[in-house]
Parts: sequence; C-alpha cells; structure tokens
Amino acid sequence: MTAESFIAQLVAVALAVLGAPLLTGWVNQCRAWLQNKSAPPLLLPYRTLHKLFWKESVVAEQATALFRGAPYIVFGAMVLACGIVPSLSTDLPLAPAADAIALVGLFALARVFMSLAAMDIGTAFGTLGARREMLVGFLAEPALLMVLFTAAFITQSTSLAAIVETIANQEFAIYPSLAFAGVAFTMVSLAENARVPVDNPATHLELTMIHEAMILEYSGRHLALMEWAASLKLFAYSCIGLAIFFPWGIAQERDLAGILLAAPVLAGKLAIGGAALAVIETLSAKMRIFRVPEFLAGAFLLAVIGILVHFLLGA
Amino acid sequence: MPALVNQLINLFAAVLLLLSFGLLAQRRVLSLIHLFTLQGATLTASTTVMAYFTDQPHLYYSAALTFVLKVLAMPWLLHRMIERLDVRWDVETLINIPTTMLVGIVLVIFAFNLALPISGLSASVARGTLGIALACVLLSFLMMITRRKAIPQVIGFLAMENALFFAATSATYGMPMVVELGIALDVLVGMIILGVFMFQIREQFDSLDIRHLEKLKEE
Repeated sequence: MTAESFIAQLVAVALAVLGAPLLTGWVNQCRAWLQNKSAPPLLLPYRTLHKLFWKESVVAEQATALFRGAPYIVFGAMVLACGIVPSLSTDLPLAPAADAIALVGLFALARVFMSLAAMDIGTAFGTLGARREMLVGFLAEPALLMVLFTAAFITQSTSLAAIVETIANQEFAIYPSLAFAGVAFTMVSLAENARVPVDNPATHLELTMIHEAMILEYSGRHLALMEWAASLKLFAYSCIGLAIFFPWGIAQERDLAGILLAAPVLAGKLAIGGAALAVIETLSAKMRIFRVPEFLAGAFLLAVIGILVHFLLGA
Repeated sequence: MPALVNQLINLFAAVLLLLSFGLLAQRRVLSLIHLFTLQGATLTASTTVMAYFTDQPHLYYSAALTFVLKVLAMPWLLHRMIERLDVRWDVETLINIPTTMLVGIVLVIFAFNLALPISGLSASVARGTLGIALACVLLSFLMMITRRKAIPQVIGFLAMENALFFAATSATYGMPMVVELGIALDVLVGMIILGVFMFQIREQFDSLDIRHLEKLKEE
C-alpha cells in the first residue's frame, strides 16, 4: 500500500463523483438527438445540482430521521461502490475491502434505505414506488450475481480488481460465456438504473414510475443528493460493465502516468457506452410492470447459461 | 491458430443457443422470422469458418446451401406466407414465459450431460459444441410443444433442422453431400407442403390455431 495507490484511489473516487453527472448529461443529450428534440446542455445536471443545493429543503411533518438520513446513506454507498469498481486502475487500497458479492450488497443497502425512506412519509406514491423497486430489485440481484459469478469462474476470483487484471493480461480470447453474461448485464443495468424498458427516468408524471415515485417527497439538498446518487449508480454500473467486458486500457502499474493515460480511454469508453444506452432507450418501449419479471427472468437465464457454457466448453 | 478457431466456433454455438432461447420467448410472428434468419446466418458463418480452417471444401457448398436456403429462401417464403395469411402482426399468448425458460435451462443441462460422453469420442475441433447443438434441438422441440399457432410451429421445426445441421457439422465435419442436399430439399418441400396445409387449416376453421385440429374426429 503505497502513496501512489492512495492517490490512484482518490483520483478514481473524485473522478466518479465529479464525472457522474456529466455521463447522465451525455446520455440525456444523445437521447434528445435520437428523438429529434433540441438537446439539453451537456452540463445541465451540474446546474440542476447547484440549483437544488441552494434551495430550501422541505420535509414532511411526519418524517422521521430515517427520511432525512437516507439521502446521505444512499449517496455514501454509491461513492463507496465507485471507489471499489476498478475504473482507472486495478491497484486500489479499497478494493480488498469488498469483492463483487459485497458490491452487490452495497447496492442492495442503498436500495433498502431508499425504499424505507419512501415508505416513511406514508404517501401512496412513495409506498407504491418502494414496492415496485423491491420487486425489480429482488429479481435483478440474482441475475447480477450470476453475471459476476461467470466472470469469477473464468478468472478464479471474486475480487473485481483481480478479475479485471486476469482478463486484461491474458492473450486475446473469445469467451462465449462472457458474451451471455454481457447481454444479461445490459438487461440488469437497464432495470437497476431505472432506464426505459423498465422505468422512464425522464418523467415523474406517470402512474408507472418507479424510481421517481420514491424520491417524489424529497426537495432541496436531499433531492440533489438522491439525483447525484442516481448518476453515481449509472456511472458505477457502466464502469463494472466496461471493466469486466472491455478491460483494455485500465492501468495496472503503480505510477500516475498510467492513470493519466487511462482517464481519456475511460472517457471514450463511457461516451460510447452512454450513446449505446441512449440508442437502446430510444429503440425500446416501456414495458408494463408485469412484464418486468419476464424481462429479468430472461436476464437471469442468460447469466445461468453463461455459467453452463463456461463449464461445457471450458471457455 | 486452432485455439482461435475453437473459440470462434464456440462463440457461434453460443449465439445459436441464445437465438434458440430468443425463439422460445418471442411472441411476435415477424420477430420470430427475423430470429430464424439470424440463426441461418450464424450457421452459415460457423460452417464457413469450419470449412476454411479444417480445409474441407465440401463444407463451403454446405455453407452456400445454408445461406441460399435458410437466409434467403425460407424467410422469404415465410414472409410471403404471413403476408397472404394476414398474420403479420399476430401476437400469441404463451404459457408463462419465465416457466418455459426455466424448463429450457433444465433441458440445456440435460443435453450438456448427455453430450459429454459422446463428444469424448469425436475428433473434430468443435466437439464441445455437440452439447449446445443437442440443447438447441431440444429447445426447438419445446418451442413446437408450447406453441398453439401453426406458423410458430413451422418455425420451430425449421429451427430444429438448423440445430441438427449444426450438430452434424460440429461433430463430424458435416454429412455427405448427398444426404445434406436431400435434407435441405426435404425441408424446403416440407415447408411448401406445410404452407398449403396452413391455407387449408384456415379455410376450414377461420383460424390458424391448431387446437381446432383436435375436433376432427369421426363419430
């Protein structure tokens, strides 16, 4: 554990916290372009956060400390998740603290607190959103675990940093099992980040909303933290996907030059990934809530087939 | 580079399995035909790769035959058929897709275990894919069992033929040309006859639902 690795860790966390709204802005911009609308500015998420932080925070009379504390817990969990995911370098002091399974647990922790806070106020919308979120979550989690297990079987380790190092260092090989896992991971990410086939992030005027229904009662700095946490979650998921399926360009040496080199590579990969997300969102229509279990069962199935294919083909 | 060839063939096998599950879960007739076309294209690609790297010229003919029949002719016939039967936007209600998928997983595990000792006997580069081919056959069976309408059943039948063809290529570098031609033409003729059947079924029952066929009993 050297000073360099600490700096690498700090840079990675800082980049995630500061860069996540940019990714959200980029996805929104791509979406608007694809839908023939005039695009919002790229930096709009920052302005929204700035505006919200300066606004007064109104809290319902019946709200308990849980409601006030939840945004901080959710935000903290997401920052920690971004610290664990090897986005720029695999030499992270925080990485041994949590493997892939603990990472899924971290996301679950944030989800539980968000749902509890939504139910805390006692409005119909909050409860409805929380129930739907738990439905989506309990179906998405096993699929996500299976995806991570596929990568873990290939590399013989559940630590994300070790997985990335193994996949990036060996000679080029095609893994059919990883292809399955990749498709499954895309489906799970869409569900977990409340993107279009499962939920619509652009509106909170629909009865079908999930994520927006839960944060409906928040305002001011609490809302800002929730929005920021959602951006961080998208960033973390994108980085997990890129790290497992496209690990090239992530620094493995303990010097700062490697990290500086890895940053533009990551930015490029995220830009392509964000554009791809916008394409998926534009091409698909929102599903009925009762179709979501089918969608996520499909993701789980693909991930399980990935593992089976790994055992049969040994690849 | 035999390692890379092996990986490519494995990748194509995995894509075939993925498409089989896609066929199993798809409700719309038009998307079914698109998936079937993709399956044919994957099959052509895998056969070509196999022919190139194992130096078996007759596999090129099989690949060409596959391309002409399964990527061009069959989808065209199917498109024309759904156009004329006016079932282009037909949506079929299926029995509980997640359950079907879980049954599918069980079938895949069964097929993998079944193929494990057999593939040990084969000397082909792609012997590992025999299990996948077998799984695709079983999944197509399952698709034919769970479907009620005539056209998805026909597509299931064609997908099964695709899987059998892949099994033959992966296990033994393809069947003799005569057999292959025979099967290909059989499927084409079968397809045309089934098309005529479908028109007859609709004439008789005003629907393509094959449950109506059960009523054809002599008292």
